[in-house]
Amino acid sequence: MPELLQFAFSGLTVGAVYALVALGFTLIYNASDVVNFAQGEFVMLGGMVTVFLHLAGVPLPIAAALAIFATVLVGLALYAFAIDPARGSSAVTVIIITIGASIFLRGVAQVIFDKRFHALPHWFGSEPIRFGGAAILPQSLVVLAGAAIIVALIFVIIDRTILGRAILATAANRLAARLVGIPVRKIVALSFALSAAIGAVAGILVTPITLTSYDVGTLLALKGFAAAMLGGMGSAVGAVVGGILLGLAESFGAGLISSKYKDAIAFLIILATLFLRPQGLFGKKSVERV
Amino acid sequence: MSFPLLETDNLSIAFGGIKAVDSVSLTVQPGKIHSIIGPNGAGKTTLFNLISGLYQPSSGRVKLGGEDVTGLPPEQLARRGLSRSFQNLQIFFRMSACDNVMVGRHRHEKTSMLGHLFALPSVRAENARSRDLAMGLLERVGLAGVANKEAGSLSYGALKRLEIARALATEPRILLLDEPAAGCNAIETEEIDRVIHDVAKSGIAVLLVEHDMRLVMRISDHVLVLERGKSLVSGTPETVRNDPRVITAYLGTFGTEEANRA
Amino acid sequence: MARLASSRWSIVLGLAIVIAALPFLFPSNYYFRVAAIVNIFALAVVGLNLLMGYAGQVSLGHAGFMGIGAYSVAIGSAHFKLHGLLAMLIGAALAGLVAFLVGRPILRLKGHYLAVATLGFGLLISMALANEAAWTGGPDGMGVPRLEILGYRLRGPDTWYYISGGALLIGVILALNLIESPTGRAMRAIHDSEIASRVAGIDVAAYKLRIFVLSAIYASVAGSLMAFLNGHITPDGTAGFLRSVELVTMVVLGGMGSVVGAIVGAAVLVILPQALTIFHDYEHLMLGLIIMVSMILLPRGIVPSLLARLRGGGA
Repeated sequence: MPELLQFAFSGLTVGAVYALVALGFTLIYNASDVVNFAQGEFVMLGGMVTVFLHLAGVPLPIAAALAIFATVLVGLALYAFAIDPARGSSAVTVIIITIGASIFLRGVAQVIFDKRFHALPHWFGSEPIRFGGAAILPQSLVVLAGAAIIVALIFVIIDRTILGRAILATAANRLAARLVGIPVRKIVALSFALSAAIGAVAGILVTPITLTSYDVGTLLALKGFAAAMLGGMGSAVGAVVGGILLGLAESFGAGLISSKYKDAIAFLIILATLFLRPQGLFGKKSVERV
Repeated sequence: MSFPLLETDNLSIAFGGIKAVDSVSLTVQPGKIHSIIGPNGAGKTTLFNLISGLYQPSSGRVKLGGEDVTGLPPEQLARRGLSRSFQNLQIFFRMSACDNVMVGRHRHEKTSMLGHLFALPSVRAENARSRDLAMGLLERVGLAGVANKEAGSLSYGALKRLEIARALATEPRILLLDEPAAGCNAIETEEIDRVIHDVAKSGIAVLLVEHDMRLVMRISDHVLVLERGKSLVSGTPETVRNDPRVITAYLGTFGTEEANRA
Repeated sequence: MARLASSRWSIVLGLAIVIAALPFLFPSNYYFRVAAIVNIFALAVVGLNLLMGYAGQVSLGHAGFMGIGAYSVAIGSAHFKLHGLLAMLIGAALAGLVAFLVGRPILRLKGHYLAVATLGFGLLISMALANEAAWTGGPDGMGVPRLEILGYRLRGPDTWYYISGGALLIGVILALNLIESPTGRAMRAIHDSEIASRVAGIDVAAYKLRIFVLSAIYASVAGSLMAFLNGHITPDGTAGFLRSVELVTMVVLGGMGSVVGAIVGAAVLVILPQALTIFHDYEHLMLGLIIMVSMILLPRGIVPSLLARLRGGGA
């Protein structure tokens, strides 16, 4: 029993990170139909930049803020130099471009930083809290709280602000949005910036627990995508729920079945979703017209 | 009266509670031209999609040559001799006109991939035969001159005829034509008129959806009027033309549309 | 017909001449090695191009099939003492069988979903290769016994250059034959309109599956050759995600739906990083940059772009 509780907590923590990656995916996908495989690199950059600024003597909060800022710049650059020039290309071409961007960013990180694993100090110490026989790291609670705050913020922005309306309109119909005077390209750029920021925050929050290195991004991106798909591509609620479910599935799968194939669970979930409920848990079914 | 080639029995389909096609029954005889008319949104194309296996009916049956084919996929129907054209063109744009028609020969060609990989003499002979047949059909629809051009570069009217040639290449027993003359000029319409006549004369059953009323009244053996998914009137062109229900309920909206077009 | 046939044989003849003539320009064995790698990738890419460029179905997991081919040879000769060629045939059959089994459900998907599902499949293969260390040597890989034919041990890169060149030539001839056959027309038709294909009597699902299986066999044979050439293989090096991305990039870079393009794409993406990488550490950076730049500047691929320019710059 305490074991199961332990699995649940570690699943929730990892799931919160997947949820943030999936949310970033969803923001960009809604605004531009782009499936951004470089999403995981935002998480990596958030963690790595903070680590190295901190090593260079910058106080942690400032290092974190700078890391978010730097990642947002990278997100904007990704849009301006790689995605925007390829407007009108096929979906496959754009996917390859974002994969290329992901490999490139990984290569840059490898050159600027190094190929080792790095940690950040826990915010409130690393003494686990005992709860029902399970040990919970205070940092896990930080991750959960941080993720909850970000998700809440995003929902408020989308639901309550003019900007949110513009994002929704762009997602629904880009041409119509342009016709009513919404600066669609700015909105798309903004979605890249926002989703870079979300990724960076996720990286900063979780690095004390999971450690980071130049190549953590690929798997994170794929799992974020799995989560987004499970929840239903384009659904923000789905992204969050999908992320949490994926985290839990991985944690219980690794604990109860086999930890060797922990990473395979995400893909089994992708495949199962595609075949059983392709529109995802919260997605809408689309009808093909002839 | 010969044996009906195509029969639908109370065919219906609903999208989100709205019955797009509602209990439509029709029969088509070999060698006859059977037209379906009706205002936009009456369910003509939906009916075609049901008959050709692209949609699954909510209820009702489709019989082809006496065999119940309800719910069979289009490729199975093609093998049983049903082919069609599309209102909004489904052309293989990156292939030549000739290759487009050759694709229609597919169900008559051997499909051993090993033979194809090694370009066996029998495969090459078959290829040549398909090409000859395709060229003949292109000639028949007046497109022999553009046989080697990429389909994407052809005019709208030419593509309409290309679709007919491709459908004929399957050697169908029944041909469904969805607005074959839409967007065509008078000469092209004339040509399509002639092709449809020839097709029917060769014993193929033709089911036609068309907005060009003069074409419909001139070539049809039988006309069915659809309105809001239901069959309103059905009979010879004369009966339909003179039916008061058609004139009031249907020509009221559609007639003005026709007048505007002319 | 005559024009097409002649262009088919001019492609084959041209390729044969290039393969035969290149060695005169090679100053060292290193060049034979690089050229052999080009041949091997080109073989896999010709197969993948049938799937992507002609049938219009993307696969981001094709390196998984290369891995199956490579490890079949390694495991077959090391653990089961099979002859290398027999192991290669078994690998090709195995890759075809796996493609047949996973292809049926996966190929129902489209666009992003197909990309991600195939990607997941490829990762599962490389994960299995890395995890089952008792058979595969784990992440560090395993050695591949040298191929021996009639008592003659095939070693040097020059030998493998000619063997891989011959394999590529055969692969190209078969692909060109297929393209000009009813199967080829069905593939291209599916790419342009699935609905019209079905109405013409083409069993779309069956054809996608056939091409998927065929392209898997191409990749598997390429993987086997790679294993023979290198003498040592790793899960990442043969079946990894990066390999899959490289294969897809080669297809798009050379030109979708162009057999010559497949070879050009493979050559560029193998040679360019070799030429540009001064330090090993810059490998990822360069590869990512090449992928992005070529996709943005040449979305139609090198060969189709060149052909369009030669014909007078038509759109």
